[in-house]
Amino acid sequence: MNKLICIVCPVGCHLTADKDGNITGNRCKRGEVYGRIEVTNPKRTITSTVATTHPDMKRLSVKTKEPVSKKLMFEVIKALDHILITTDTFIGDVVYPNICDTGVDIVATSEIIFKDGNTK
Amino acid sequence: MKVDIAVIGGGAAGLAAALKASSDDVHVLIIEREKKLGGILHQCIHNGFGLQVFKEELTGPEYANRFIELVNNGKISFITDTTVTDIYKQDQFIIKATSIEQGLIQIEATAVILSSGCFERTRGAIQIPGERPAGIMPAGSAQRYLNIDGYLVGKRIFILGSGDIGLIMARRMTLEGAKVLGVAELMPYSNGLTRNIVQCLHDFDIPLYLSHTVTNIVGTKNLESVTIQEVDAIFEPIPGTEKTFEVDTLLLSVGLIPDTAILEHLKPDMSLVTKSVLVNQHYETSVEGLFVCGNALHVHDLVDYVTKESELAGNCALKYVKRSEHPNKAYLEVIPSKHVRYVVPQHIEYHTFQEPIEFLFRTTKKAEAGIFRILQNGKVIKEKKAKYIAPAEMEHITLSPQDLIDISSIYLEFEEVVS
Repeated sequence: MNKLICIVCPVGCHLTADKDGNITGNRCKRGEVYGRIEVTNPKRTITSTVATTHPDMKRLSVKTKEPVSKKLMFEVIKALDHILITTDTFIGDVVYPNICDTGVDIVATSEIIFKDGNTK
Repeated sequence: MKVDIAVIGGGAAGLAAALKASSDDVHVLIIEREKKLGGILHQCIHNGFGLQVFKEELTGPEYANRFIELVNNGKISFITDTTVTDIYKQDQFIIKATSIEQGLIQIEATAVILSSGCFERTRGAIQIPGERPAGIMPAGSAQRYLNIDGYLVGKRIFILGSGDIGLIMARRMTLEGAKVLGVAELMPYSNGLTRNIVQCLHDFDIPLYLSHTVTNIVGTKNLESVTIQEVDAIFEPIPGTEKTFEVDTLLLSVGLIPDTAILEHLKPDMSLVTKSVLVNQHYETSVEGLFVCGNALHVHDLVDYVTKESELAGNCALKYVKRSEHPNKAYLEVIPSKHVRYVVPQHIEYHTFQEPIEFLFRTTKKAEAGIFRILQNGKVIKEKKAKYIAPAEMEHITLSPQDLIDISSIYLEFEEVVS
């Protein structure tokens, strides 16, 4: 028996996983999926920022488009250091594909417009 | 400049309120002090926003952008980089504001929606003993330095207070290479959302010291160490429980206060508990035509709740400017009773109570299960069962006009049920 707290949404259901990975205590379907994955290969969406050459907006916020293995969190953050944004980028644009060979892209979560060196 | 409705603050609350307040013949103006709309959401780059409003998980900037796009495509005007310095009321509201571009400007408005958010409690507010070195700051400031400006403020961090921003920053700074040595919380329970305890502390093996507080700070120029101590039931430090951590940064996540300083001249009736105005179910204050919503009214734990509340306030402001007459009001009070810290709205305007009201409130007690009850004249007129109740998590209960027995005060209470 493994006790977990669901982090899919802020409700925070108290889940119990038995030795076969069956989940109880979830109030929605997503909690069951979360519980199953959490006891086998826990995953997290990673959010951070990357550098830009924009004079007024030094960082652009980004995220992994899908959750990636929890074990890779530090590796992914480190890899973001090599990204530099130099052109207009919009929410959802891929700024770095297939980060750390996870098959998951890094996408922008805010927009940045280079226009005579100023924001729009 | 003359407008029908002026919205002060273009963050989550102001954007939602403005969108609902705007209509073909009603001119809405948002006044924002930063260079762009969106408010604090821009620095909240983590995800978990929007699960209730959009049924998907968004980051803060993505959540803000959903509303900014609607504002850009609508009829709402906005001015940025402009700070409101004062509001008066004559027949109309007179708003004074300044910006580098336009200097001092004056705006006349029939109604005002204040959606100016909240500010962080500082070291001075909680009177931590010890020396006064550099390296001590509110968690939200550190969040801005890191996520907007790109500076990590320290390498070895201790956090006082288990509020959500502190927890989020524990994870964020750890991922960026800092070592977070621990989080101390004065109360015997965490003040943050349970999911943040799990994904920000447990995921990184960061210890949470409940019933502990910082009792000494050492450092002449820069912070060198902090000492924490366990506290007893009356929050007095217990001798012999000292633990010292060598750190260069102490982040404070010790509470947020609604920012209503701008209402100085309007003098609306205030609550000592929420440290903001009292409102009726239309989110209108004791000053007719002044509406307040979002964290400027009371501090919310989810932006989704801010949006829903502000949409209501926006709707009510629209109705207000469209009405030609404003009849006298009759109030019944909504009083927080057993184990309830506060409830919003605090008044019901009786003549206009036609739609169900959703009360938002916080308990003073943590419990596995319990019942929320609304009483009038000693009789229960509404009750609701709840599970996993915590002071850090906002609760809600709905009351319909037909639930009322008469026009006497109603009381909201919480009772723990032990199975």
